Amino acid sequence: MTRNLLVRLGLATAGALVLAGCSGGGSGGGGAAGGEAGLIAVAASDDSCDVDVAELPAGTHTFAVTNNGNRVTEFYVYAEGDRVMGEVENIAPGLTRELIVELAAGDYQTACKPGMIGDGIRNDLTVTGEAERLTEDELLAQATEDYSRYVQSQTVALTEKNDEFVAAILAGDIPGAKALFPVARTYWERIEPVAEIFGDLDPAIDGREGDQAEGEEFTGWHRLEYDLWVLGDVSQSGPIAEKLQVDVAEVVELANTTELSPIQLANGAKELLDEIATGKITGEEDRYSHTDLWDFAANLEGSEAAVQALRPALEERDPELVVALDTEFADATAALEVHRSGDGWQFHDQLSADQLQALSDAINALAEEVSQVAGVIAG
Amino acid sequence: MSEETRAAPGAGSGPRLSRRRLFGLAGAGTAGVLAGGGVGFLLGDSVAEAGGPGGPGGRTGGAGYGDLAAATEFDGAHQAGIVTPAQDRLHFAAFDIVTDDRTELQAMLQEWTAAARRMTRGEAAGEGGAIPEVAESPPDDTGEALDLPASGLTITVGFGPGMFVGPGGADRFGLAARKPEALEDLPAFPGDTLRPEISSGDLCIQACAHDPQVAVHAVRNLARIGFGVVSVRWSQLGFGRTSSTSVGQQTPRNLFGFKDGTNNLKAEAGSALEDNVWVQSGDGPEWLTGGSYVVSRRIAMTIETWDRTSLVEQEQIIGRTKREGAPLGTGEEFDPVDLTAASISENAHIRLANPNSNEGSALLRRGYSFVDGTTELGRLDAGLFFLAYQRDPRTGFIRVQRNLRTDLMNEYIRHTSSAIFACPPGVDGPDDYWGRALFD
Repeated sequence: MTRNLLVRLGLATAGALVLAGCSGGGSGGGGAAGGEAGLIAVAASDDSCDVDVAELPAGTHTFAVTNNGNRVTEFYVYAEGDRVMGEVENIAPGLTRELIVELAAGDYQTACKPGMIGDGIRNDLTVTGEAERLTEDELLAQATEDYSRYVQSQTVALTEKNDEFVAAILAGDIPGAKALFPVARTYWERIEPVAEIFGDLDPAIDGREGDQAEGEEFTGWHRLEYDLWVLGDVSQSGPIAEKLQVDVAEVVELANTTELSPIQLANGAKELLDEIATGKITGEEDRYSHTDLWDFAANLEGSEAAVQALRPALEERDPELVVALDTEFADATAALEVHRSGDGWQFHDQLSADQLQALSDAINALAEEVSQVAGVIAG
Repeated sequence: MSEETRAAPGAGSGPRLSRRRLFGLAGAGTAGVLAGGGVGFLLGDSVAEAGGPGGPGGRTGGAGYGDLAAATEFDGAHQAGIVTPAQDRLHFAAFDIVTDDRTELQAMLQEWTAAARRMTRGEAAGEGGAIPEVAESPPDDTGEALDLPASGLTITVGFGPGMFVGPGGADRFGLAARKPEALEDLPAFPGDTLRPEISSGDLCIQACAHDPQVAVHAVRNLARIGFGVVSVRWSQLGFGRTSSTSVGQQTPRNLFGFKDGTNNLKAEAGSALEDNVWVQSGDGPEWLTGGSYVVSRRIAMTIETWDRTSLVEQEQIIGRTKREGAPLGTGEEFDPVDLTAASISENAHIRLANPNSNEGSALLRRGYSFVDGTTELGRLDAGLFFLAYQRDPRTGFIRVQRNLRTDLMNEYIRHTSSAIFACPPGVDGPDDYWGRALFD
């Protein structure tokens, strides 16, 4: 956890926002908007991703994603540069989930991510019709709206996975809880700059041992991490787990009524990379479980999502920076990819100093470019 | 007299003063880095200009260092090296006491005092000097400071908690009853990432000089004298001061690029020094009256992430402008910090560290920038070796550091070493020695 940039800049959190095109659960969601073009079926498995159509008219569409595989999957619609237009997380085997997304004319890609990792299985999607021409202000407004939608879908998955994690703790299922720990945290780590805005909740949820003021209890994920990995005993962990569940629910509610300004988005993207540099590459964050690379991947994905939300505006203002950002995000992702292990990652203590330095260098190179974004947006 | 003089007395003020020599040495110093202000001093007369037009030029002209080659007075009511205008270079060393013999310890302190007195004058550490009459003998002085002037050297000694009470509460040298209550290992602070092997210590030496080689020479020779009695536990070089301790000095910049120590307690503070720096009669055991407590903290900076932080955010974190060092919302460096000003963030460093946010606690800071090469991740292993003198650590550093728990700066720093020492009062003439009143 870190002190938050957004707080320190004294920028207000905006009021409620309109959430475009996201349906979290199996409730069917979409209503009238979804009905316009009918459902687009997506059949996902562990090694395929069949999307009903490759061309669509501009407008609002609903994808119904069915997971026929054995691994949890995710479904994304990306604009150029992997700008997230919409995504649905945490689709368990056998489940169907819907995604409502509004698409202007242009070239897109869809992606299924079995195991929730990597680039996923991609398909091209062409949307035809009148291309919109947005003003710069509209592009920026679009960016914050797109990112809010991203936050919304992350918080849905955060709640679900964290509930599973808490349930495993309460059931005394140590192996199950250990497996869920880095996965539940992934959704938090992707949107950490947003989640951190809310003062006391961040330290309570994500504080590390020794961060507490005198008289403050060590709570949250890292306390449970300690119980799981060091104590190997969760018989006394129930109250901590239940408090975590309550705190996460509160953060989720707050996060979903908050809209970031474009500058905050840009700074948040940089902040996530600084988190990697100071917390994950050093192994500080997950010092008992050594699952730092899960957080690393999530921070990197979250940073890219925030930067790409700004992409249309950046292309207007500084196309060379967009090229540099694409290159460096690709390089950093490739540097991390070396350490993939199954559906997860190697543990931090399995990496040599040279390997960690290579990761550190890749993040430094990327973060230098990302740190330019705020100035371009403000300028 | 058999004492060997390293450099002719008065050499510093005559035409033969080798300013070039000083400059060259400084440039080839521990890190090869010179602060801009330092250059101004070293090159001589244009100090006020170095402050820049409209800057605090008037405050940096006159007093301050005076002559960079000159010797500092060794004797006095207080030890030198505390309110002495902060020199440019530091070598700080902490020692473990390895003897069980009180007499040996006492004798070493006598020897240290005598050697320190000589070196402060610009002379050799031992009476035999660097070039002994009998060539079959090893030199009494290690020699690297031959031909160098005194360079403002001060040597300041401090006693750690372990000198009074050993492991398990053992009264190692019959001094336990004389241990000041305030001399306790510092408590753990939120966010500490201390490395025990470079923390604490039974004794410390702070050597400051305008020439890094003179400072290193002092520690090296004292460590040599101490063999068998003490063993170096850890040591730290500092290449550039990060505080002013006199109103005559220009405020230096730390490695964050910000002026540091603007609001420091300074030598001219008068009664505020009695209130905040010097131990007063009745505060504790009488042997420490006129002394002070020094807290050392090696504060590593996460340089790379700081450097890509926007200017506006850097300034919000510190609470001052980068160019002038003015409190946000004001125009000049020495404008008072207005804690009611909305322009200074709730958790800005200068707000939380301000005496008015800490029940009036003020510290005399005397820190130094360091670069200890690179980390194993290929990052600059750099930061600020924080030194602060105070009358009582409980109402000094401990109180302030607790208040810094929510400091925005914490994201960019890691405290990696911590120590505390009680510095006895100054010595009074050649027959006196450091800590005499403690052993008497």
